[in-house]
Amino acid sequence: MRTTMRGRLAAALAVAVVAAVAVAGCGGDNKSTAKGAVTLTLWSWVPDLQQQVDLFTKAHPNIKVQLVNAGQGAAEYTKLRTAFRAGSGAPDVAQIEFQLLPSFRVTGDVVDIAPYGAGAVKADYVDWAWAQVSEGSAVYALPWDSGPMGLLYRSDILAKHGIKVPTTWDEFATAARALHAADPKVYLTNFPPNEGGVITGLAWQAGSRPFEVKGKTSVQVHVDDPGAVRMAQFWDRLISEGVVSTDPDFTDEWYRGLNTGRYATWVTAAWGPVFLSGSAKDTAGKWRAAPLPQWSGGEQVSANWGGSTLAVTKQSKHPKEAAELAIWLMHDPEATKLYTTKQFLFPVLKNLLSSPDFVDQKFDFYGGQQVNHIFSQAAQQVDVAFQWSPFQDFVYSTMNDEFGKAIGGPPSLVDALHAVQQKTTDFAKSQGFEVG
Amino acid sequence: MIQAVDAAVRDREARVARRPAGRGWAWRRRATPYLFIAPFLAVFAFFLLVPLGYALWLSLHADRLVGGEVFVGLDNATRALHDDAFWAGVRRMALFGVVQIPVMLGLALTFALLLDAGAVHLRRLFRLGFFLPYAVPSVVAALMWGYLYGETFGPIAQLADALGASAPRFLGPGLILFSIANIVTWEYVGYNMIIMYAALQAVPRELYEAAAIDGASGVQTALRVKIPLIAPALVLTTVFSIIGTLQLFNEPQIMTTIAPEVVGSSYTPNLYAYSLAFRNQQVDYSAAISFVLGAVVFVGSYLFMFLTRRRGRA
Repeated sequence: MRTTMRGRLAAALAVAVVAAVAVAGCGGDNKSTAKGAVTLTLWSWVPDLQQQVDLFTKAHPNIKVQLVNAGQGAAEYTKLRTAFRAGSGAPDVAQIEFQLLPSFRVTGDVVDIAPYGAGAVKADYVDWAWAQVSEGSAVYALPWDSGPMGLLYRSDILAKHGIKVPTTWDEFATAARALHAADPKVYLTNFPPNEGGVITGLAWQAGSRPFEVKGKTSVQVHVDDPGAVRMAQFWDRLISEGVVSTDPDFTDEWYRGLNTGRYATWVTAAWGPVFLSGSAKDTAGKWRAAPLPQWSGGEQVSANWGGSTLAVTKQSKHPKEAAELAIWLMHDPEATKLYTTKQFLFPVLKNLLSSPDFVDQKFDFYGGQQVNHIFSQAAQQVDVAFQWSPFQDFVYSTMNDEFGKAIGGPPSLVDALHAVQQKTTDFAKSQGFEVG
Repeated sequence: MIQAVDAAVRDREARVARRPAGRGWAWRRRATPYLFIAPFLAVFAFFLLVPLGYALWLSLHADRLVGGEVFVGLDNATRALHDDAFWAGVRRMALFGVVQIPVMLGLALTFALLLDAGAVHLRRLFRLGFFLPYAVPSVVAALMWGYLYGETFGPIAQLADALGASAPRFLGPGLILFSIANIVTWEYVGYNMIIMYAALQAVPRELYEAAAIDGASGVQTALRVKIPLIAPALVLTTVFSIIGTLQLFNEPQIMTTIAPEVVGSSYTPNLYAYSLAFRNQQVDYSAAISFVLGAVVFVGSYLFMFLTRRRGRA
């Protein structure tokens, strides 16, 4: 609707007020009842989570859990931030993606749950995932699922044109040129300019370490470090040659592209296989999975794109019970197994990653291939030291803008990296950080 | 019935006459209207003045991730005044408005005149047909047009492909502003048409008869009689359109997902304010941007009204 300025502002603020009141209402029954039973509020957008919550409450009769779907990703974060800002209304436990966890940590809105026993389960998780949620002995969340990266490809299209599955990025570039020359309607892959997650993942694999956070007030910004530049130059070349497409992903056009064989591969993460089988039904049986192409032959390096954690908020009046809920939901054998079989989340628990039930599962969509083999291996190949910035929303939104400009116009992806570096540095300084 | 009412009135008059005209009564009489508008004032204050005040307060502060909230006075406003991204958005919308508003209002006026002239059969059907897009939520409209504009699988692209041609890149850098203008025009022609049509309906019919007797043709009547008489409605729709243009949000917001190469987070000033507040966590700076934008809208609208009023007097 086109409305007047004041109307708009008033409406926006009115919505904010109503939302704040509404979320305050959600947290309102956050108090002990006479019998000593505790009610916790849990925000998550994972579908059918109620079944795991029911298992939890069965095992913990004195804790009641109110499960709320406050929206996925950014939608939930907006509400969380409003509640944190208002000082009330936040849930006891909230789902937060890996890349956003440091942004909530820096504002002190998630609490260290190591005092409630979270440190004891450390050894059960893959190292990099644990590194993402902890700092020293402090534990700010428990990892839920992840997205180690790999390559999904159309075996029929590659076979038709006699193209081998690329194992290095050099082979990938050669294959991209050959395939597009053989069939101008087909691209070896699509490079989505709007997807900070996948671009960061690709840079991560190339050795980029964009941020180094020291304490709470100091951050080093290296968005355009050599790893990232190497990755950007690679894609710059393929894009300028016109042998890969640059459609924004998760749009109607992109889904059709996947369904109709416009893209012969999808550079994706471990949650990709199940997602794809739901969104490109027409191509069932034609896809296969392979490891991510490598920068040097013989290497085995992957990266991560996606995945969530469960964190306890500082507004929780029952941090002990809240931590118990988070730990149990992320660690109980029955509950966590259900995530892999019912919700198809890619696990971060070592025992699940090596469990035959999970790894050996055959997928008809992939011609009976045991795709989890590929991604379980990738999960072991993710660098532990990678860090996110404490203002990742800003970084992603700036990446969207700058990479978009680079795709649409004269600047290159390398230029875009420099621009993101500059803007992020300025932003960090304006937010009071010491920038190294 | 009438007698009963008469009786009631007489009775009331009698009672009023009997009542002493004391100070309390006078005070009450003066207070009554305020009592009636009090609910509105309360809502107005609570949902408009208070939030506006809060936004103003925000705009004078900076909430830093390190160091927390500090008073910065007019720093944010000064920064907004020198913010290239913001002014690029304002200029883009000015260009958009200069082209789109005349086209949209011209179409609306033409349709309104045609409907009013009675030259059309099935007038109601056309009226409804023109107005219908306005009833489509703008988010839905933008999604729908986004599909039509699709560069690979959109129907226009498919048709061009079948004919061996290539469709224009509606979502490319060259055409995107036109494509958004087209969506907005499609949405609001009917709305503006209804306002103008209503104004035309209120014009006394004798004037047309007089014009006809003077030998004016249909076109002359439209240009010399009808349009001057509905000038206030034209000014009103133009002012609404200027405000709406500078506030453009939904359509470009949808376009950021399907055309991220062209439509960035600061494509329109409103989108910029939104991105700052809800994506970059710079609520305070966003508030400052909103106030500067408010000033731009006010100046733009006032300037237009000032110019038209002067011309009207001349």
